[in-house]
Amino acid sequence: MHSFDVLVIGGGHAGVEAACAAARMGARTALVSFDLAAIGAMSCNPAIGGLGKGHLVREVDALDGVLGRAADAGAIHYRMLNRSKGSAVWGPRVQADRLRFKAAVQAAVRGQPNLTLVQGEAAALLLEGERVAGLELADGTMFHVKHLVLCTGTFLGGILFRGEERFEGGRIGENAAHRLAQQLRGADLPMARLKTGTPPRLDGRTIDWAVLEEQPSDGEAWTMSPLTPRRVNPQVFCAITRTTQAGHDAIRANLHRSPLFLGAIAAAGPRYCPSIEDKIHRFGDREGHQVFLEPEGLDTHMVYPNGISTSLPVDVQEEVVRTMPGCGRAVIVQPGYAVEYDHIDPRALTPDLQVRAIPGLYCAGQINGTTGYEEAAAQGLVAGLEAAAAALGKQAPALDRANSYIAVMVDDLTLQGVSEPYRMLTARAEYRLRLRANNAATRLTGLGIEEGCIGEERRRWWERREATREMFHVKHSQRVHARELADLGLPVRRDQGEKPLAEWLRYDGVTPEALAPWLGEITALDPLLAEEMAEDAAYAPYLARQDAELRDLRASEALPLPADFPYAEVPGLSNEMVERLSNAAPGTLAAAGRVPGVTPAALSALLVHARRRLAA
Amino acid sequence: MSAAETIFALSSGAPPAGVGVIRVSGPAAREAVLALAGRMPEARRASLARLRDSNGALLDEALVLWFPGPNTATGEDLAEFHCHGGRAVIAAVEGALAILDGVRRAEPGEFTRRAFANGWIDLAEAEGLADLLSAETELQRAAALANAGGALSRQVEAWRERVLGLSAEVEGVLDFSDEEDSADLPECFTWNIAALAGELGEWLARPRSERLGEGFRVVLAGPPNAGKSTLFNALVESEAAITSPIAGTTRDVIERAVAIAGVPFTFVDTAGLREGEAADPIEAIGIDRARGALARADAVLWLGAEGEGPEGAWEIAAQVDRAGFAAKTGAHFTVSAMTGEGVLGLKTALVEAARAGLPKPGEAALNTRQHARLAEAAEALEAARALADPLLVAEELRRARLAFDRLIGRATTEDMLDTLFGRFCIGK
Ligand SMILES: Cc1cc2nc3c(=O)[nH]c(=O)nc-3n(C[C@H](O)[C@H](O)[C@H](O)COP(=O)(O)OP(=O)(O)OC[C@H]3O[C@@H](n4cnc5c(N)ncnc54)[C@H](O)[C@@H]3O)c2cc1C
Repeated sequence: MHSFDVLVIGGGHAGVEAACAAARMGARTALVSFDLAAIGAMSCNPAIGGLGKGHLVREVDALDGVLGRAADAGAIHYRMLNRSKGSAVWGPRVQADRLRFKAAVQAAVRGQPNLTLVQGEAAALLLEGERVAGLELADGTMFHVKHLVLCTGTFLGGILFRGEERFEGGRIGENAAHRLAQQLRGADLPMARLKTGTPPRLDGRTIDWAVLEEQPSDGEAWTMSPLTPRRVNPQVFCAITRTTQAGHDAIRANLHRSPLFLGAIAAAGPRYCPSIEDKIHRFGDREGHQVFLEPEGLDTHMVYPNGISTSLPVDVQEEVVRTMPGCGRAVIVQPGYAVEYDHIDPRALTPDLQVRAIPGLYCAGQINGTTGYEEAAAQGLVAGLEAAAAALGKQAPALDRANSYIAVMVDDLTLQGVSEPYRMLTARAEYRLRLRANNAATRLTGLGIEEGCIGEERRRWWERREATREMFHVKHSQRVHARELADLGLPVRRDQGEKPLAEWLRYDGVTPEALAPWLGEITALDPLLAEEMAEDAAYAPYLARQDAELRDLRASEALPLPADFPYAEVPGLSNEMVERLSNAAPGTLAAAGRVPGVTPAALSALLVHARRRLAA
Repeated sequence: MSAAETIFALSSGAPPAGVGVIRVSGPAAREAVLALAGRMPEARRASLARLRDSNGALLDEALVLWFPGPNTATGEDLAEFHCHGGRAVIAAVEGALAILDGVRRAEPGEFTRRAFANGWIDLAEAEGLADLLSAETELQRAAALANAGGALSRQVEAWRERVLGLSAEVEGVLDFSDEEDSADLPECFTWNIAALAGELGEWLARPRSERLGEGFRVVLAGPPNAGKSTLFNALVESEAAITSPIAGTTRDVIERAVAIAGVPFTFVDTAGLREGEAADPIEAIGIDRARGALARADAVLWLGAEGEGPEGAWEIAAQVDRAGFAAKTGAHFTVSAMTGEGVLGLKTALVEAARAGLPKPGEAALNTRQHARLAEAAEALEAARALADPLLVAEELRRARLAFDRLIGRATTEDMLDTLFGRFCIGK
């Protein structure tokens, strides 16, 4: 019998981060997956980051995760989305070469101390009472382990749809997966169904690139991880095309052959990234929808047409593609399809992503109703850190809605549940101005060092950076008179007196570059940090206001609600509220306020009754 | 898990009256009905019953209503006895209730407190009910009733919805601009924010609800012996006194709170204002107070020489009955407190001015706390209107939403704690 502190099942994005995070915390960790060679594979679009998602990548990276560096290693196209807006909503995104990305993930996993890789199929959880005690593989191998992280993606009852065709989505080892699935279903966990889809892949040699608008990689030098000093791969360009009326007509004429409209797929799909047939059906009046043609790698001709995810029959897919400019002769290498799968209602999880009813079992990734690599990776990181902390009697870094998108997501999932695949959006983060993609390290790396989940290389980087930050602080506190700025031609009124540079940075048009006479060479020491601190200065009044709000929030966070709080006994709560509160089991009064449908009057009742219980 | 104790109180007006309604709320309400009426009537139906005390002596023949919780006004089991309204009957029924186990007389406001604690009303409604209980004049009662009935809460919810709609538009621009609906904010966006800010502004300009408690402040001013005190007495005497929350009489400033025609007033008689240096320090303090009173006045009745009073004061030509009477050419009112001449006209004019300066009957009025939250929302909207960066616009809209949330207690935080544990003494 093998024994580990933490065992992670599934080598997808969630599983990789979970396993590496647990190992970084010092836990003896095992990662079990069907096929070790498939670790690091991207099931769909080889793009990483984007609006909201880029924040997650940077945060996972700030806690020394794998995703950011692997993205840089594979990146063949960098783009900062939303560049024209405020920096808090910039979304760093890369297009990665599949093979290079996968190689980087494999290297990270194999080079990770404390981590053992096991090829095999997880078949059954071994329980002791309600608690996890171990795992059995399909080949009979047994593991003694009290902290299991389940990162199995869509394996629970996955079915693929393409037109009239159906495939069971269990890949290899269907039986084993089914055994585990059955066991989970038998455990009476709340489950629901969701769907997602993927577009057909095109042969790039059959696309007429010359007639299409190019979208080059960003000119600047930024990378996903600060530990990647510079971009490593040659950069390619994407191209933009559109769907056309003729294509829409073809879709409309064949809607009856789409599983979505046949009623074969009843589950909800992502509203934020709908299939092309959904788009046509819902926004029928549109003349065309934008489609990005994204190369999948440097050594492949595969092109990913971003924007036409579909489960229509192959002949219709071809017809639609051929009506897009530049794609008149395009050849489909692999048709698109939709997947419908089971997921666990994440309200059954506690904030450390542990299944409330099965202590010791953690869940992360698509199995929790999310979509996307970044969402999966971020949850994997949390579950891995928490499982290791629990196994070793340590603390995981304290994440909350005010310091990370990661915590926003976990909080949303565990309190609100999902009704469609959950995707990160900046709108979900109420403290967005302080949660910028470019200050993730400042927010999180220090916390990670405290709890011991940051490796040597990043720790050294961090220490250097903190020293530089001190120097910046000194420089920023210099007091300068308005006249001196005005004399340099900066847009400030001369009569505004003397202020520290940090305050002048709040003024429109006063940039770190413009303050070079006072800041000197220091900006060049760390231009990114200089930029981050200038933004902090600019947002300072808003952040100060949020501080007051946060103090207030912490007051209601101080009032705990036990998991077995008898909501049904609180008069004035409707049955629906009782049900939602019981399902989500918010840990504090503040969390109860975020459960949907809980009214102000109900909160006051909860407050009073929680206080009384506490006093009793 | 409701409070263990069961409370009762006479919820109709003071006896004697036609009918006296005694309410009982709490877990023992059912036992109370059984004990007095001998049986449980059908829920939510009025039924006639003979009420008896523990010795079986007949107390009254009354209508009994039984409302099982939690769908009741307090969120608890609730019973009502509609008795004959004589003092003796009421006292006897109350006495029979008071000796039951776990049943006691309610403290003032306790029914409201329970309704709030049991999730039946939100913060703004609870505040309205608390005001209602302390209302002494008709005008106070009407305003409190509007808040207690949820008028303010409904309004705030409606505003919140609108801000939510605006937020959704900005978020669309921020989160989906990489997709096609990237269009910038529509032209009408700023206009919509402005319209909403304007509406809040109207509410903010309305008199506060505390003004109802303080009443309309009328300060009588003028040199010594101008007839201030005589007129003061003529104005307040024979009017119903009310208990004003404001500090009472000092050496130099005398205050009286009265209701005239259902409108609350505070009349203030100041020490004589003298020109030049005050004779002694004590007198100086008196004069300072008088100045302070003038600054806080809603109306100043000026009894001194014409044109020498504070700006905007009503010129009063007093002591018209006196020999040395000095007529004022621009007098608003010419009165004699001795003969009563002109006093009625002055009172009528004051009531009219007060009605305009106090919250309108039936119109929800904001208290200082609510006013502060609404002002914050308005400020955030104004800021949002002026900003070009959608990210900051979104932040300001979020701040406006937060202010609304705090107004009605959705934010679960200090406002609620303050109200619960301060004003309502819940959770001791
Ligand atoms: C068709 C489709 C299209 C998608 N398109 C996109 C997209 O364009 N962009 C995007 O960001 N996201 C997309 N996603 C979502 C994204 O792929 C997932 O959200 C993400 O990869 C989930 O990561 P995960 O680690 O939770 O699961 P997965 O990546 O699915 O990993 C699960 C792993 O667990 C292993 N496993 C399962 N069961 C067992 C078992 N019993 N024993 C051992 N190993 C097991 C599997 O072999 C696999 O390695 C798409 C998903 C699908 C299915």
